[in-house]
Amino acid sequence: MSFDLLIVGVGGQGTILASNILGRATLEEGRSVRGAETHGMAQRGGSVECHLRIDGRYGPLVDPGTADLLIAFDLLEAVRYLHFLRPGGRVVTSTGIITPTTVFSQGLPMPTSDECLARLAPFRPLAIDTAALAREAGSELAQNVVLIGASSHHLPLRESSLLAAIERSVPPKTVEVNRRAFALGRAAGAPSP
Amino acid sequence: MARQYLLGNEAIAHAALEGGVGFVAGYPGTPSSEVIDLLRARRPEGVHVEWSTNEKVAFENALAAAWCGVRALFTTKHVGLNVAADPLMTSAYTGVTGGFVVLSADDPFAHSSQNEQDSRLYAAMAGLPCLDPGTIEEAHAMLRDAFALSEEFGLPVLFRPTTRICHSKADVELGPVPSVHREPAFVRDPRQYVVVPAHTRVLHRRLNEKQAVVRARLAGLGLNTGEIRGCRAVVAGGVAAEYVREVLPDGVSLFVVRAYPVDPGQLQSFCLEHEEVLVVEEGAPVLEDEVKRAAGSVPVYGKRTGHVPGEGELSPALVRAALASAGFVEKAPPAPPAPVEGLPPRPPILCAGCMHRAVFYAMKRVFREGIFPSDIGCYTLGLQLGTVDTTICMGASITIGSGIAQTVGGDVVATIGDSTFLHTGLPGLVNAVYNGANMVLVILDNRVTAMTGHQPNPTTGVTATGEERPKVSLEALCRACGVEWVETVDPYDLPGLIATLREVRAKKGVRVVIAKKPCVIVERRARVKRPRLEVDPSACSGCRTCLRFGCPAIAFEGKKASITDLCSGCGVCASLCPEGAIGKESRPPAPAAPSGGGA
Ligand code: SF4
Ligand code: SF4
Repeated sequence: MSFDLLIVGVGGQGTILASNILGRATLEEGRSVRGAETHGMAQRGGSVECHLRIDGRYGPLVDPGTADLLIAFDLLEAVRYLHFLRPGGRVVTSTGIITPTTVFSQGLPMPTSDECLARLAPFRPLAIDTAALAREAGSELAQNVVLIGASSHHLPLRESSLLAAIERSVPPKTVEVNRRAFALGRAAGAPSP
Repeated sequence: MARQYLLGNEAIAHAALEGGVGFVAGYPGTPSSEVIDLLRARRPEGVHVEWSTNEKVAFENALAAAWCGVRALFTTKHVGLNVAADPLMTSAYTGVTGGFVVLSADDPFAHSSQNEQDSRLYAAMAGLPCLDPGTIEEAHAMLRDAFALSEEFGLPVLFRPTTRICHSKADVELGPVPSVHREPAFVRDPRQYVVVPAHTRVLHRRLNEKQAVVRARLAGLGLNTGEIRGCRAVVAGGVAAEYVREVLPDGVSLFVVRAYPVDPGQLQSFCLEHEEVLVVEEGAPVLEDEVKRAAGSVPVYGKRTGHVPGEGELSPALVRAALASAGFVEKAPPAPPAPVEGLPPRPPILCAGCMHRAVFYAMKRVFREGIFPSDIGCYTLGLQLGTVDTTICMGASITIGSGIAQTVGGDVVATIGDSTFLHTGLPGLVNAVYNGANMVLVILDNRVTAMTGHQPNPTTGVTATGEERPKVSLEALCRACGVEWVETVDPYDLPGLIATLREVRAKKGVRVVIAKKPCVIVERRARVKRPRLEVDPSACSGCRTCLRFGCPAIAFEGKKASITDLCSGCGVCASLCPEGAIGKESRPPAPAAPSGGGA
């Protein structure tokens, strides 16, 4: 059986880099992996999703109602893809929320952060202020690695594999920042004793 | 080499090198673009890599290389094969000497396309072999070996990956890249390369004679294989075969097809071992029809019988549902959980500072009752702004525009990007002038093929592999077509843009406005910096005029507008604000986003 997850967010936030890190970490352990990504037009600020199957042997797609984990770069996107989780699945999300332009242009109602979190409640969400932690690590751009750190408690991958994959996936000049971002995320996501 | 986590297109690009490719040409199109993007980034020694101006051009370039004995690869998305269909059909007659692989990437569900057509049908119509991989690993091995197969048959080979191959990732093991040194030569042979009637009738007969050879050889390759496990069977092809393998119950047989034409004898002996057969494939019922022909009286279920969806893409869940509807599993799978309702959608939008938005805004202001035919590119997103009334295929903005202008008259304002204009727009412009249409054409000239990943084109001034070339002048081109009124404008100068469009509106004939400004993503990569804008809250009246412009950098908090970090400083919103509340930010601009931990 594979461990199936979705990484979701807004085009341009770095979901593909996050999926690369998890894919490479899986390979680091000599295990098989499958992934599916959004490329092309949808990346222009649209809602994007990466599917990832650790130990995957078949196709790359994760069906609704079957994912073990949902990693969200945006609180609203966490809610949008919630139906992919199986009962008992977990969600790790950024508390950040970008208001879609349709809210302004079409006057659509926008759920508040609290309303979003209430929707996530059945899946015992872990909501992380990724922007603050990334800044603390040294760059706001490291939010995706903060999220990976926070998710690491729920991933069937070793910390050392994740760190090795991060080093191989980010630009060399940013390795230190990203290591710190991982550590801060991991600490923030640690299950309370 | 160790296993790597690779995008399907990355594995395919490498496979082409492993297969000894010497000439690569294509036109960008999702989901195929990364194959050439990766090859050109690598600049392999001794391999010609080009982005051509359209798919017909690319196909013919690559075909010519194959006629000279070099191994050649042509890449396109499915609909691009329509543009290249003319040479494709007859290339089956002429054949090739160097291996020639025609990569046509299909897009079931039309993730990023105008239709869901199936390239396998082109292979069948042309009489060409077609390879249809189900996994990235298969795609890698099959593409690598396709060149030799093409040489063996003396025929182009169609290679058909789908979105879930091209844009998926898997652990793959790459192979060594040989250093190929072929001495290219064009050997004159008019009976092969000049398809006058007397020659082509002979070539057609030869093509027909090859079919049995191709079928037998493909059967011998073991690409199409079956395993008997019970009295019911599934026949599957492409990535759908993987979904089937994932959910197939014990005791149901499986036959997987990866190469066409399928040997009817092989298919028949498999089908006759079973009482019922379900065919699972994405796209058209190509395999289903072959199975039906082979199965005799054995009932065959699939798209034609309504057991498998006739459109869209498949998934393990949909295959489960198909198995249930055919009675291959006892109970129907439980309905999947429904998405949360009532969330504001987040469609893709034009970037903050994209010049297209300013042009669309000005068009709407000047041509209130206008008809707006448009084309294929980022600017198709102008649909959300009410300035895209038609889009059917590349280059059709001009021809649909002239057709409407000749039929109903009124203000017809067509929009087309620089790359699309050079792709297939130009003949339409010549035609519009020649036949006396009354219309305005706005060329959205951002000097790059943006939507598919910012590939260079002849307006960019560099080739795919980075050599500098003279930039084609769109002004001179339009004038040479006979357009008398050609005006170039700066789209960030909104008042100037509006004034030009008003002037244009009063004129007759074909008028061309070239709105010229580099794509903001390209500018950001080149570290062009402009100060951001900000809203003076004491001056903002909360009228929402700027919000209606639709720039993603403009937000509304409480009762006032505000501008976020996404702002690229184009300044257009400042000229919209009736209170003059928007101005340049006092803080220095943030450094351009490095590729750091981000996108
Ligand atoms: S990528 Fe360039 S052309 Fe496309 S929406 Fe963004 S700015 Fe506009
Ligand atoms: S200047 Fe105004 S319109 Fe231009 S990017 Fe900034 S906020 Fe958007």
